[in-house]
Amino acid sequence: MPRITVEVDGTTYTDEVQARTLLVQYLRDQLGKVGTVVGCDTSNCGACTVHMDGHSVKSCSVLAVQADGHEVTTVESLSHDGQLHPMQRAFHDNHALQCGFCTPGMIMQALDLLAENPEPDDEQIREGLEGNLCRCTGYQNIVRAVRDASQQMRAGAGPAMEHSGEAPAPRTSTEQTTQQRVAGGQS
Amino acid sequence: MTATPVSPTESELGRSRKRKEDARLVTGRTRWTDNMTVPGMLHMAVLRSPVAHARITSVDTSEARRMPGVQAVVTGSDIAQRQGSLPCAWPVTADMKAPPAPAMAVDTVNFAGEAVAMVAARSAAEARDALDAIDIDYEDLDVVLDIESAARDDSPLVHQDLGTNRNATWTFDSAEAGTGGDVDAALREADIRLDRTFRQQRLIPAFMEPRSVLADPTGEQYTMYSATQVPHILRTMLAMTLGTPEQKIRVIAPDVGGGFGGKLQVTPEEILAFLLAEQLGRPVKWTESRSETMVAGHHGRDQVQRLSLAARSDGTVTGLDVKLLADMGAYLRLVTPGIPILGALMFNAIYKFPAYRFSCTNVFTNKTPTDAYRGAGRPEATFAIERMMDELAAELDMDPMEIRRRNWIGHDEFPYTTVAGLTYDSGNYEVATDRAMEMFGYQQLRDEQLRRRQSDDTVQLGIGISTFTEMCGLAPSRVLGSLSYGAGGWENSQVRVLPTGKVEVVTGTSPHGQSHVTSWSQIVADRLGVPFDDVEVLHGDTQSSPRGLDTYGSRSLTVGGIAAVHAADKVIDKARRIAAHLLECSEDDLDFSDGRFAVRGTDKGVAITDVALAAFTAHDLPEGVEPNLDAEANFDPENFSFPHGTHLCAVEVDTGTGGVRIRSYVCVDDVGSVVNPMIVEGQVHGGLAQGIAQALYEEAVYDDDGTLTTATLADYLVPSAVDLPEFHTDRTETDATSNPLGVKGVGEAGTIASTPAVVNAVVDALRHYGVNDVQMPCSPQRVWRALAGVRAGSSTGSESGGGLGSIDSGGGFATGASGGAR
Repeated sequence: MPRITVEVDGTTYTDEVQARTLLVQYLRDQLGKVGTVVGCDTSNCGACTVHMDGHSVKSCSVLAVQADGHEVTTVESLSHDGQLHPMQRAFHDNHALQCGFCTPGMIMQALDLLAENPEPDDEQIREGLEGNLCRCTGYQNIVRAVRDASQQMRAGAGPAMEHSGEAPAPRTSTEQTTQQRVAGGQS
Repeated sequence: MTATPVSPTESELGRSRKRKEDARLVTGRTRWTDNMTVPGMLHMAVLRSPVAHARITSVDTSEARRMPGVQAVVTGSDIAQRQGSLPCAWPVTADMKAPPAPAMAVDTVNFAGEAVAMVAARSAAEARDALDAIDIDYEDLDVVLDIESAARDDSPLVHQDLGTNRNATWTFDSAEAGTGGDVDAALREADIRLDRTFRQQRLIPAFMEPRSVLADPTGEQYTMYSATQVPHILRTMLAMTLGTPEQKIRVIAPDVGGGFGGKLQVTPEEILAFLLAEQLGRPVKWTESRSETMVAGHHGRDQVQRLSLAARSDGTVTGLDVKLLADMGAYLRLVTPGIPILGALMFNAIYKFPAYRFSCTNVFTNKTPTDAYRGAGRPEATFAIERMMDELAAELDMDPMEIRRRNWIGHDEFPYTTVAGLTYDSGNYEVATDRAMEMFGYQQLRDEQLRRRQSDDTVQLGIGISTFTEMCGLAPSRVLGSLSYGAGGWENSQVRVLPTGKVEVVTGTSPHGQSHVTSWSQIVADRLGVPFDDVEVLHGDTQSSPRGLDTYGSRSLTVGGIAAVHAADKVIDKARRIAAHLLECSEDDLDFSDGRFAVRGTDKGVAITDVALAAFTAHDLPEGVEPNLDAEANFDPENFSFPHGTHLCAVEVDTGTGGVRIRSYVCVDDVGSVVNPMIVEGQVHGGLAQGIAQALYEEAVYDDDGTLTTATLADYLVPSAVDLPEFHTDRTETDATSNPLGVKGVGEAGTIASTPAVVNAVVDALRHYGVNDVQMPCSPQRVWRALAGVRAGSSTGSESGGGLGSIDSGGGFATGASGGAR
């Protein structure tokens, strides 16, 4: 079986995995990272969304072996010292969850959305979350929460956007400024 | 997640408390059933029939048994004696026809997706692999899909032994019941008679958390974790179905990721996991794939509705006749045959029909069984009557709101006993409507509509109305008894003040997203005068919450919440005796407010939390008082709850493409008094989303062989954030008179109300072209075909817009799907 080394939420793991093992199965079954969930088999629902090297991926459509040598962040590492991440707080403040099953993926995707566009309007938020399904809320309060978080997370407004590790490489030159603005307040 | 401090005088009720539930859910510290792992646990996978109707001629599991990690392979014949028949708790008529419903097919399969074998293995992957090695031969039987032809005497049969596909016919006639007049006479004497046929397409609840079960036989009791809405019902039904003593079963509903009626079930897989665990003596976990949810979890709706409405030429309605065909699918599940009957008393809605008749024939087909889905019977009723009111308005060339005003129950007429025999306790349709019309800008939109019509704009504007009510808060036990339901409708709660003054509230309702922990904390904190954060709500485990009837039918607050109120009041009564003893005064001299008993006219008093400690130490209690501040209460409601509201929808329809865009959605709901406005608004939003989804997007489609072709979330169109509009919501508050909080149910209201508002808007946009119906979901193709049909002067080909559902392409509905010009 292939052997992989992955950093997940700040801890390094080295494991043998079956070639067919999906990243989400590796996270849940081998690492006990059950905060990330599976909602479908066809990468439509987005419940399993995590970040790989700072960008959102649906962990049901990434093989565990593809995560070898990469850094994975799940919803479980967002809060620090009992303090919620601004995005988590915004979901709480705006009643952006009911059953909460889609929430981990929704939060991770919302962070990716703000990394690309730190001040999206409502339509851009809806488009950015199109790949994440919620059956409870009708999305309105999720849109509110992301808008709220975008204000809270402006430069100097809050704690680290994602985690205290090395910032991911920006994908474009314009994104560099974006990343810095979103990550504003990161020490 | 700290709560803001409350001044003791600020009321907990009516306050938008942020949710206690969120802290774990937003951080991933969750207990979904599939998260559970227990020592020695095996994984179960289920093999499902690929065909809709066939005899099983041979089964070979020998290769599967030799696969790595496989502990057991079990087929239907292995457990034929042990598995019993899945329960149906609602025999709607005395002569109802019910086939045996095995959890696993033994010799015949009756729908594609039915369980035919199962594997227990070390890992989920090994269990899944072994399914591929099981070899089953099938001999095809005639497949019955279309409910109209299935109901005919010459149809092939789903269940040979029943001799018919008709499960039952349930009727109500106001003339016979003495609640109204004779419908035939009303129709005969009417100035206007409208006959319409509507189709309720088949839907899939599509909760986000796939179903999961963990059965653990390693303790003194069998412990069953399940992603269920109904842990208490599941426990009792497991005992009744399998004969396992009830006290030997504990059911836990841990975090449950949505239900919408879809988890109101005793599922085949719950039985199968239980039997496999029992057989192997080891814990067994099963978690379904999404495709399994789609084919094997129960579906909802699926009716053909024929309505005849009688009216005078001034628009006053004089009679309503409703004939339904309802698709049961292949088997009766927990409440399958009763679902359409939940709408039986609601077609007359808020209108003063003097004569009413309802008849529903339930029909078996070779499709996934149907059962509860958000609204369950009432969305179907509301859709049909609200569509009819718009049709009547069009027929008489009247404004559709004017037609409704002319016929609805006035606010000064409550309590009002309807032609269906229900008594609506309270309501004010005028105020809710006036507010909604104002928010919507009704007249401006009508003006714009006229301009677009006159200029023959490619994009036409349509305005749709739904002035709905519904019956919920299930339910008065005596009424359920009269409807032949197999259980009561009461609810149970315990309130316990602990020695340190903290409070535990036990509820028999079982939340899966509805925020009961927050709301029940508010209710009990308000009653006892203790801080919100000092209240813990316990639920979803038959060991800690031994009595209850769970969560569905918008019942939790109006029944379960009221039980908590009564339990808290009993605690206060008990504490009053102890307080009087401690303060050496008469109970009558004590006032209780803000958590403190005060001796009237003095500054003497004692807090209820101190009384709790005194009760615990028991050093000095009055004669006959137990050493605790615990109380338990049951509540059986005297009546249903009747929320209502006015929903207004404006759509833009592109006549070139058939595309529909919701331009504006306004609703003003009256759900009585409100415990937490934020949570209520969230319930309305989610309800609207699902009702709009029925109108525009979702349909379970079968091909001619009975294969579900919408078995993934790529094919079954659960709306995303871009598919739904911003909702503009408001509320009026007309207190319910049937409970001490004045509350009404809210969980299903948005779903019940919104579907006809959207479809009425779509039809309204096209009415001037001659279109008078578009079948749901109003996909671009269906809308375009409706237009093309009237433009061509006749209906077009027989291909349906979104899929066939129950309706055979050769049947009368295919033309309806392709054009509304009937």
